[in-house]
Amino acid sequence: MIQIKNLHKSYPIGKDSLHVLKGLNLHIKEGEFVSIMGSSGSGKSTLLNIVGLLDTHDKGDYFLDGQKIENLDEKKAAILRNKFLGFVFQSFNLINYKTALENVALPLYYKGMGRKERQKIALEYLDKVGLKDWAKHLPNELSGGQKQRVAIARALVTKPKVVLADEPTGALDSTTTDSVMELLKEINDEGMTVFVITHEEEVAAQTKRIVRLKDGQIISDELTNNLNK
Amino acid sequence: MKFIFDKDTWQEIYSGIRKNKVRTGITIIGVMWGIFLLVVLLGAARGIENKFNDLFGDFATNSVFVWAQSTSKPFKGFQEGKKMTLKMSDMDAINREVKGLEFVVPRHQGQAQVIHQFKSGNFGIYGDYPTLDKVQKKNLVYGRFINENDIKEKKKICVIEEEIYKQLFDTDSYPIGEYIKINSINYKIVGMYKEGNVGGGGPQGAIHIPFTTFQQVYNRGNTVGWFMITGKPEFDIKQIEADVKLLLRNLHKVHPNDNRAFGSFNLGERIAKVTGFLTGMQFLTWFVGIATLIAGVFAIGNILLITVKERTKEIGIRRAIGAKPWEIKRQIILESVFLTTLAGALGIIFGGFALMLIDLGMNAMGDEAPMLNPTVDIPVILIATVTLVVLGTLIGMIPAQIAVSIKPIEALRDE
Repeated sequence: MIQIKNLHKSYPIGKDSLHVLKGLNLHIKEGEFVSIMGSSGSGKSTLLNIVGLLDTHDKGDYFLDGQKIENLDEKKAAILRNKFLGFVFQSFNLINYKTALENVALPLYYKGMGRKERQKIALEYLDKVGLKDWAKHLPNELSGGQKQRVAIARALVTKPKVVLADEPTGALDSTTTDSVMELLKEINDEGMTVFVITHEEEVAAQTKRIVRLKDGQIISDELTNNLNK
Repeated sequence: MKFIFDKDTWQEIYSGIRKNKVRTGITIIGVMWGIFLLVVLLGAARGIENKFNDLFGDFATNSVFVWAQSTSKPFKGFQEGKKMTLKMSDMDAINREVKGLEFVVPRHQGQAQVIHQFKSGNFGIYGDYPTLDKVQKKNLVYGRFINENDIKEKKKICVIEEEIYKQLFDTDSYPIGEYIKINSINYKIVGMYKEGNVGGGGPQGAIHIPFTTFQQVYNRGNTVGWFMITGKPEFDIKQIEADVKLLLRNLHKVHPNDNRAFGSFNLGERIAKVTGFLTGMQFLTWFVGIATLIAGVFAIGNILLITVKERTKEIGIRRAIGAKPWEIKRQIILESVFLTTLAGALGIIFGGFALMLIDLGMNAMGDEAPMLNPTVDIPVILIATVTLVVLGTLIGMIPAQIAVSIKPIEALRDE
């Protein structure tokens, strides 16, 4: 699903440049539940941005669903994001003047789907994350865990190939963290590829494969014993 | 262009605007004020112009009056101070020699005691040709103006002004066919007209009798009191004035540089000055109006710019979940166009109401009002609207470009 070969990325800082990713090789197959671990500055967010087509890489190859990613303009990137990827962010990133339902339905709007159909599908996904009764509520009327579940519903609504979660539990307490992780597990069980970035061991431990990054390089890549469960 | 009619597009715009009610409101007022000013100022300028045209409308504006005075220089054996008199032969000479003429109307003027039954008054008496009606339109209420036959037969008929009728006749009486006594001679009334605001008769109106009758009754021989000369529109009335006076000086053996021998009043020149002033005012109006409009549109651009900055994150989210740059851009441009057009429409409506109020006020003032029918042409409104939409689009492009120039990754970065 995601294949990365010798990926390099550096950011210019003044006259110098900061080499963030130093030749990553990573292959994530369909249906995997992978977590990327690493302290801040390890390059994990950069990796997610590149995988999420929010940023471009300097060197190396990146294949998303067999498609080589290169020379993307914003329009193509937007279409690919909409088609292949679902995002879950640490700070939820819901649009605060739109209801839960409208937030979930928004990716479908950009897909060009009609209003009624959009709302019907969005409601199904809200139901899936257990928030059907909260459909008409604005984000600021929801708890953190609920917001993140709305965000997950939004990430899933376009039936993407990969769900990318950037510190999805970073702003949640431990109980809600568990419920969110539980939800991600369920999604994965249904066959979705899930790609989580975290610096919490407990969160990573609930995934099926942990990739550890340090200073822009992979230092370990191991399967967890969750695989059999 | 399908997206313009898409309910969702408008819902997006509505929610964007709803977020910033106060600011959006103030911005709208800015543009509204611009177009309001434009409409009201243009209407007022038009009103003044209308009033002006109404005042001079009955008059051929490209005209000059020429009369005889006394010489101020000795010439060919004549002493200075020789009294000049215009003759009918001068008219033929003018018609023959001067280029660009429309009409040359000879006139005589006098003052006389006028009596009808037990009422009397002192009025201006004019000896006139039918052509007077061409250069100084008489709005006849009853009857007719002097005709060629009256001139030929030196008929004792007259055409009176409504004011005179009011002074000499009982209300509701019909003046045509009645006789009035001017200097003890009976004249039959053949017509009655209503004077415009500026006329030859002064405030109390005038009585017109055939020119030949005037010459005969008042022993004027073949002389002419003064000429009213009108030029064709494409000819310069100042040149005509100079040509006529020079010709007259030649005919009457007056020193060519004797400016006092013949007097003249160039109505065309005076009117051109006022018209120039009106044109200037209209230009100023456009200038002020459009400048205000542009200022208003910039305010909208500014507000959208701030809105875009504030919504950076939201725009980032939208792009992360699949909004194409163009979809973001067109949203912002459409927002801009929508706001400017809405504000413009409101401004035009309020401007229209203001003009209606001004019109009511002017009507209440009657003849003294400085304006008449202050209006704005529909094409002007259309031009203003199109300008607004175009400006709105252009100004919307700036924040739109900024919105998509921020990479979604930067927009989404947590502070």
